[in-house]
Amino acid sequence: MPNDLYKLTAYEIRELIKKRDVSPEEAASSFSDRIGRIDDKVNAFISYDKENIKEELKRIKGKEAGALYGVPVAVKDNICVEGRLTTCGSKILEGFKPPYNATVIENLRREGAIVIGRANMDEFAFGSSCETSCYGPTRNPWDLERIPGGSSGGAAASVAAGEAAISLGSDTGGSIRQPAALCGVVGMKPTYGRVSRYGLIAFASSLDQIGPFARDMRDCALLLNVISSYDPKDSTSVDRKVPDYTNALVNDIKGVRIGIPKEYFIEGIDAQVKDSVSSAIKLLEKLGAKVDEVSLPHTDHAVSTYYIIGPAEASSNLARFDGVQYGLRAKGPLLDMYKDTRAAGFGDEAKRRIILGTYVLSSGYYDAYYLKALKVRTKMREDFEKAFESFDCIVTPTSPTPAFKIGERVDDPLSMYLSDIFTIPANLTGIPGVSIPCGFAETDLPIGLQILARPFNEEMLIRVGYTFQENSAFHKKRPRL
Amino acid sequence: MTTTAKYETTIGLEVHVQLSTQSKIFCGCSTKFGATANTQTCPVCMGLPGALPVFNRKVLSYAIKVGLAVNCSIAGMMKFDRKNYFYPDLPKGFQISQYDLPLAANGELVILTGGVQKKIRITRVHLEEDAGKLIHVEGEDSSLVDFNRCGTPLLEIVSEPDIDSPQEAYDYLTELKAILKYLGVSDCNMEEGSLRCDANISLRPKGQRELGVRTELKNMNTFKGVKNALEYEIERQEEILEDGGRIVQETRLWNDAAGKSSSMRSKEEAFDYRYFPEPDLVPFTVDKKLVGSVRETIPELPRKRYERFLSDYKLPVLAASTIVQDKDTADYFEECATLYKKPHIIANWITGDILSEFNKRFSSERNATIMDLGIKPEDLVEMLRLIDKGEISGKIAKAILPEMIETKQSPDEIVKAKGMFQIKDKDELAKILDGVISSNAKPVEDYKNGKEAALAFLVGQVMKATKGKASPKIVNEMLKERMGRP
Amino acid sequence: MKKKIDVEYIANLARIRLNGKDIKSFSGQLDDVISYIEKLNSVDTKDTPPTTHPLPITNIFREDEVRESLSVEKVLANAPEKRDTSFKVPKVVEGE
Ligand SMILES: [Mg+2]
Ligand SMILES: [Zn+2]
Repeated sequence: MPNDLYKLTAYEIRELIKKRDVSPEEAASSFSDRIGRIDDKVNAFISYDKENIKEELKRIKGKEAGALYGVPVAVKDNICVEGRLTTCGSKILEGFKPPYNATVIENLRREGAIVIGRANMDEFAFGSSCETSCYGPTRNPWDLERIPGGSSGGAAASVAAGEAAISLGSDTGGSIRQPAALCGVVGMKPTYGRVSRYGLIAFASSLDQIGPFARDMRDCALLLNVISSYDPKDSTSVDRKVPDYTNALVNDIKGVRIGIPKEYFIEGIDAQVKDSVSSAIKLLEKLGAKVDEVSLPHTDHAVSTYYIIGPAEASSNLARFDGVQYGLRAKGPLLDMYKDTRAAGFGDEAKRRIILGTYVLSSGYYDAYYLKALKVRTKMREDFEKAFESFDCIVTPTSPTPAFKIGERVDDPLSMYLSDIFTIPANLTGIPGVSIPCGFAETDLPIGLQILARPFNEEMLIRVGYTFQENSAFHKKRPRL
Repeated sequence: MTTTAKYETTIGLEVHVQLSTQSKIFCGCSTKFGATANTQTCPVCMGLPGALPVFNRKVLSYAIKVGLAVNCSIAGMMKFDRKNYFYPDLPKGFQISQYDLPLAANGELVILTGGVQKKIRITRVHLEEDAGKLIHVEGEDSSLVDFNRCGTPLLEIVSEPDIDSPQEAYDYLTELKAILKYLGVSDCNMEEGSLRCDANISLRPKGQRELGVRTELKNMNTFKGVKNALEYEIERQEEILEDGGRIVQETRLWNDAAGKSSSMRSKEEAFDYRYFPEPDLVPFTVDKKLVGSVRETIPELPRKRYERFLSDYKLPVLAASTIVQDKDTADYFEECATLYKKPHIIANWITGDILSEFNKRFSSERNATIMDLGIKPEDLVEMLRLIDKGEISGKIAKAILPEMIETKQSPDEIVKAKGMFQIKDKDELAKILDGVISSNAKPVEDYKNGKEAALAFLVGQVMKATKGKASPKIVNEMLKERMGRP
Repeated sequence: MKKKIDVEYIANLARIRLNGKDIKSFSGQLDDVISYIEKLNSVDTKDTPPTTHPLPITNIFREDEVRESLSVEKVLANAPEKRDTSFKVPKVVEGE
């Protein structure tokens, strides 16, 4: 019998395994066969190893069935798994096998999930296109000539292409939500502090957050249940009860107050994106939501603020890649060893960001750039606080355009940076956000709708997203591969 | 103030002290000294990708304690910052430190220098993590890195340039060390690096208002080394100035064996540490309640105790300052003093024989205290009482002391066991005296003729015959009586 | 036109060797980015405090308890070069 389990959602797979209709081995082999058939084209994985999968299956054998028992999960390659290659898509981490597990990996394993492979990403998560990985670009399953979005492009594409039931990405400026939009899947950035960052190789510590990719809102809630936890190993994780997010899977948004920020519908936004998002908003209104315009006056400064804070923190976080303890090491006397290791190990975008970040922190520039950005960040937080006084959530496009062509923006960093304009504010302010499929551009390219809510109100995102999903069919369409 | 005839010296000290917590500042690895390289490390202190720091609560209370002890104001809000630079012993490429919001600032330390008290202002006290250790491989183009020390909690204590001479620097360090030991927050062992000191020093012509160009001295491994390095630097700078030259602002490494310092190779570029707030650690509020509860744990500090020893026990200045230097010694003294009301005699014994026995036996052992000698205060007092009662002589007491240390017996037991009691039985003494008188006819004659010195000689002979077990006082009296000149 | 950023100097601070071509292309690209981010100057932040953490969390501690360290085998497993239980690096000249 041909094994079509890869077409199912995590929830469906979990139910089948629970009823003993299928085994974890069958589920895993369905996905690994799928990877074998199509990943040459998609390149969603950096490392994928049948031996590792066997080991994962052995680990759950005879264990109490957890919430994700036997569900194959792809994990972005910047999340540490003990003894397994973890490269961040960078040559500088060549051969690096962390001696410890990220807390989210411990959480996944506690619930019986199977790590099926390591998802491709922009090098160190620097990018919006998944083109800067030293392991080659990931391709959009909907159109192999196009980018899947980034930086968690591999994690998004793997779920869209049926190479994993669900996956984990990380979101620093939209790195989950934007590829989710471009690949036609659900992708959520939880509230800063909801999911432990311990074991996530940091890009920008005050912006990074691990989050789920899924084909629908139910899977998203299931995975969020598992990865959310207070972690005493992460000082920025928040000691707050984790609700059962599946309780928010309610097909009802009557009376929910939705704000539409006028600053998000300006020039530069693709007409088809605008149309799809407008239709989606009309549907939400029809379903009983109270929709009104809201103002987030500092939206225009989000990209500038982000491209100061992000690179500044990154320049410091990436200083540890110096050839001393692990990864690539160039030959020569100490200073040459440092400079040549980092010259050979980092790609151009990583170098650009490190240099930009070093610059904005350097003597004489700190106040003008870094401190200024931290203050504008306060302004943006105030914008959202004010907006959430009158609204339960805010709805926007996730990305101003559908997926663009591979290579189109690599030499124009600024235009690449501007593609994150709608997703960045949630990272700067710590609020949760989700992207859900809300339409297609004429060439069958997915379009995403972003929903934002107050800190720790992921339930609102799930409720609104679920209601939309239950009254539309965009999430059911799959790419032909 | 003057160290030379023409110039005034200005010195500021930067002391790094390791706090003696069980675990490191941001992870659970042990801080124990001397382990095999890299056996006390984990993803956090190795700075592995993805690992995150979590602040050790005890470090904060220790640091507040020190801040209060050097009379600083404690910040109500504290945060950590990253100090970015590349060095192989710094695994993250930055050190977690404190930049614009140090835990404590604007303090002062009163030191005793040249017999007078002087205030040295403290600029700031801040927390940071220690780096690893580099071992240079002789004859090879490589170095070895041991990360065990990484993440050991460090307190940096920076003084204002209020120190005027190398001796004052020495006295400042001595005072600071005494305080830290009193607080019980550090071993202060310079050899093991738990206390390290860098110095800034400049010279200016007398009367000139603005300070001269300063140099920074590093790599001094003892207090004496600090003093020597400063003395060397004063001479060096003075020579340059006298020749009409200019001082170059630089960092110089002290070589203790060679007794001189040399300029560190100039950096490829100026330092730019790019400090910014550590995003992986949250800010900390230090409220009055916390500060108050820490304040309650601060014992009487050495300077105050010194004053009290002068006024309450009427101790001589030197004895008092020696005893208060070390908290355990001072505690020991006070325990004895409650049992025995002649404090100066106790002080004499402590600063004399007891400390010298201690140095002989424990000088190389860290954390050893005077109590480790095993002489209980009751035993010392018992010994002093035996002297008072004339049961033993001072000389015998000096002989008994090491016995007490070796055997852990009470002085009474030792005296009994070894038959060291003074011969108080007058009949027994009389026999010995008669023997001495009859075999020393000449001195006896002399004495009778008024020659006082002869008596001393005769007493000596008796003492010799009794192996010191007679009371000189009694022998004296009995001899006079027997020779008819009472 | 005067460059906003001295890429060579900054790259040296960040310990990245750049060739002439890199310096030229990065200079141009980063100057564009910097010109763009300078738009921030138009925001009035006179009385605005900085936000370093997205959420106002304070006072997160661990207790002073010793936890087991990694085994030294694990510590050294990724080492490019080692000797005994130490990492080996090119000679460090004091003061470099
Ligand atoms: Mg320091
Ligand atoms: Zn550790």
